Amino acid sequence: MGTAAGRSVKRKEAWDKATGNAKYTDDLPSLGHLTARLLTSPHAHAKIKNINKVAAFGVKGVKAVITGLDITALCGVLLQDRPHLAKDVVRYAGEPVAIVVAADEPAAISAAGLIEVEYEPLAHVLTPRAALKPGAPLLHDNPERYKRMVEDIYPQPKSNIASQYRIRKGHADTGFALSHMIVEENFYLPPSDHLAMEVRAARAEISADGMVTITTASQSPYSVIKQLSQSFSVPEGNIRVKVPFVGGGFGGKAPVLLEHLAYIASSKVGGRPVRLVITREQDMAAAPCRMGLEASVKLGCDDTGRLKAAELRFWLDCGAYADIGPYMAKSLASNCTGPYRVDNLYCDSLCVYTNHTYATSYRGFSHAEFTFCIERTMDELAKRLNIDPLKFRLINAVSPGDSSPTQVSLNPSNLGDLKACLKKLKPLSGWNGAVVPVDEHTVRAKGVSCLWKSADLPANAISGAMITFNPDGSLNLNTGVVEMGSGSKTQLAQILADKLDVDINQIHVKMSVDTRVNPEHHKTVASMTGYMAGNAVLRAAEDILAQLKTTGAEALGCSSDDIIVKGGAVYSLRNPLNKIRLKDIASGYKAPDGSSIGEPALGRGGFMLKGLSTLDPKTGKGQTAPAWTVGAQAVEVEYDTIEHTYRIISASTVIDVGMVMNPEAMRQIIRGGMAMGISMASREAYSYDQNGLLTTPTLRTYKLMHIGQEPDYRVEFVETPQEGSPYGIRSMSEHGIIGIPAALANALSNASGFSLNTLPLTPESLWKKSGGVSS
Amino acid sequence: MILNEGRVIVELMVNHESRTVTVRPSDVLLDVLRGQLGLTGAKPGCKNGDCGVCTVIFDGWPVKSCLVLAVEAVGHQILTVEGLGGVAPVQKAFVDSGAFQCGYCTSGFLMVCHALSLNKPRAEEYEIEEWLQSNLCRCTSYKEIREALKTVFQSLS
Ligand code: FES
Ligand code: FES
Repeated sequence: MGTAAGRSVKRKEAWDKATGNAKYTDDLPSLGHLTARLLTSPHAHAKIKNINKVAAFGVKGVKAVITGLDITALCGVLLQDRPHLAKDVVRYAGEPVAIVVAADEPAAISAAGLIEVEYEPLAHVLTPRAALKPGAPLLHDNPERYKRMVEDIYPQPKSNIASQYRIRKGHADTGFALSHMIVEENFYLPPSDHLAMEVRAARAEISADGMVTITTASQSPYSVIKQLSQSFSVPEGNIRVKVPFVGGGFGGKAPVLLEHLAYIASSKVGGRPVRLVITREQDMAAAPCRMGLEASVKLGCDDTGRLKAAELRFWLDCGAYADIGPYMAKSLASNCTGPYRVDNLYCDSLCVYTNHTYATSYRGFSHAEFTFCIERTMDELAKRLNIDPLKFRLINAVSPGDSSPTQVSLNPSNLGDLKACLKKLKPLSGWNGAVVPVDEHTVRAKGVSCLWKSADLPANAISGAMITFNPDGSLNLNTGVVEMGSGSKTQLAQILADKLDVDINQIHVKMSVDTRVNPEHHKTVASMTGYMAGNAVLRAAEDILAQLKTTGAEALGCSSDDIIVKGGAVYSLRNPLNKIRLKDIASGYKAPDGSSIGEPALGRGGFMLKGLSTLDPKTGKGQTAPAWTVGAQAVEVEYDTIEHTYRIISASTVIDVGMVMNPEAMRQIIRGGMAMGISMASREAYSYDQNGLLTTPTLRTYKLMHIGQEPDYRVEFVETPQEGSPYGIRSMSEHGIIGIPAALANALSNASGFSLNTLPLTPESLWKKSGGVSS
Repeated sequence: MILNEGRVIVELMVNHESRTVTVRPSDVLLDVLRGQLGLTGAKPGCKNGDCGVCTVIFDGWPVKSCLVLAVEAVGHQILTVEGLGGVAPVQKAFVDSGAFQCGYCTSGFLMVCHALSLNKPRAEEYEIEEWLQSNLCRCTSYKEIREALKTVFQSLS
């Protein structure tokens, strides 16, 4: 083992990004490409009566105008419920209705504006609970008839239910009967956006022999192959997907959308290369967003403050199409209690269609949302019991020996140490539970939240790594991981450098992904790169070490057991002075007598998830992930009791990361997650007018946090290793966001005295809560 | 020569070099830099002046190149991230402070920071905030960008 693990290492691609050299999808040369543009629906729910393309064809340079009538296939990663282009009916405002392919962008834009679509508006529904009422408009006539791509999805006939999951553990009724105090709270969280700074983009071309090349800003290049093949009956081997740098994903670039449309566009112009560009407005309204959530949470505890029972109902707003929504509902159910011991549990988690833009994975995969509901209720319970909220969490913190909602028994390896996180959070955040007056109408208050997350992936998800040498003895690391900002490829390089004991600068990383070259990595999602690809890299490193040892043994005339590979050289432990440099042995060894020994060293390693299952449909029993990550967070606000404005003073996170592989980079990633949480919780929401049209589809109306509004960020780690994970590391790259909205709402609830159960927490919403009159 | 759709040939001074491009009156500088000169450091993020990822330096001042017509740039000095050449102090500072993750906003922030360090080498905290509010980053917490700028200012003083 070397010294590369546990050190702050700069991103491998740092200079590319600091010089403008890093290429993102639409930065690639587009000479010879036609340009495609989308026309989207201006209605939330409407019949398409007629589409007239004549005027559009009148624009010079227009090559094709494609509508839903031209394509029969449906798509969807879990449930095939989504047409590539709306056919007969549009189900959300922003839904793609037509594609124009033209010689250049101005022609495509003008032609798209000239397509005449005749709509007949239908009644629409915008919240999940309203969508479940009798008589609510149905988005899909027979959802249960759609083709299911996985076994554990349960669309319900004659309803807007795309899927449902339930957890039954112990006896909730008995638990409540034993409870000394019970609270019940209701929640509404609107959808919002990932808002990666790079707008989604994709290109496609089809060669004369049927080979398809897709270039895309995607977190899931290997899913693009599978889904494209599924939709259009192209053999998987004929599809090649290339992904250069990705300008932020946050889950939003995991689904396959533009890739399909670019393929369709190219297929209608004889396979010519087509570049599909969309506007920011389309990226927000047409492409999938973050889920909305309605929930009711009932918790009961005894007089010592121990939770006795929970009854939880979640209605996840997945918008017009299922996409990955059902699995978010499942993931939410699997961890529904938050990191607390609750022996008697009843939870229903429904994934419900509405006429919103459809939802997809978003940093935290539903965890920031249900955590908000649980943690707000925990605070209300603590308040009524008159227990300090942090202490209340310590009393109930899940521990080894407890079991998860899905009845997985928990141990230090698969759980980590939440109590240690909470104990560290206290001094880090300066927690004292008090509301401190600053002046006549300003107070300071803190809020706390715990978090846990397990990374739910398909039971057989795979990853791979390949290693080659350069003539100078440096190495190339090749994986199918997408670099979209989390720095995971640098972490993989650290693992390799450490394992081979070479300088980190001797590891070169292939940044872009090309599915013809890179071994499959399931998807760059769920913060699982370190675990899955890390294990693959470890195995590839072992593989290449074994080869170096074999060649070394022959070259040095000793047993391969005696061979040491260290510091860029190979030697026998019996004669450490006789070193062969890596560069002289990596491509086979040339002996002093001129004879050739061994062969070039090529490392390969594969990894597959094992031991996971689906959830029992009746009780939810089952194991969907190898392990959890736990943490605790706090936010401090300064709140103006008259104006209802506030400033966020500090935000703290303590998280059990298993092992601190790259301290500085990990702090940056956690801080980034916290920043996203603060921005989301304090100002971000999709607002819809009464016609169901998105009123905030631009960065002028949809505000993000900018510089000058950020609090003092504080991050610390706890290290409880996860067995079977490289160096014991745990998933952590999404997690900074998870407890922040809850901690902010708890802080503001403490400061204002209101019970704040909706997002975003704007001064206006606080003012309304105050009764709409200044105090 | 045939000119259609009002296209004209103009000369732009970009990164201290004179470049000849063919533009429509409505073409914005961002598209011309990217599409005709291959200078893709400046990026589209909103094309509406709201995000700053398209920022370039125009006669010493940071501007959003999605809001500037290419023809307006004639006779002015344009500097893009490529023109910083990897040797501007802000570039090293960004690398050292980890002032980016996905890197998509980075060129824009670099240009604002570079222009600020040239125009106001003694900028106060409030001025730094005012200047940098024109740009958005979705990945970092902004703390890292501030730190990068701080090291640049320290080296100037
Ligand atoms: S692209 Fe110019 S400001 Fe957003
Ligand atoms: S680094 Fe990704 S947007 Fe700033």
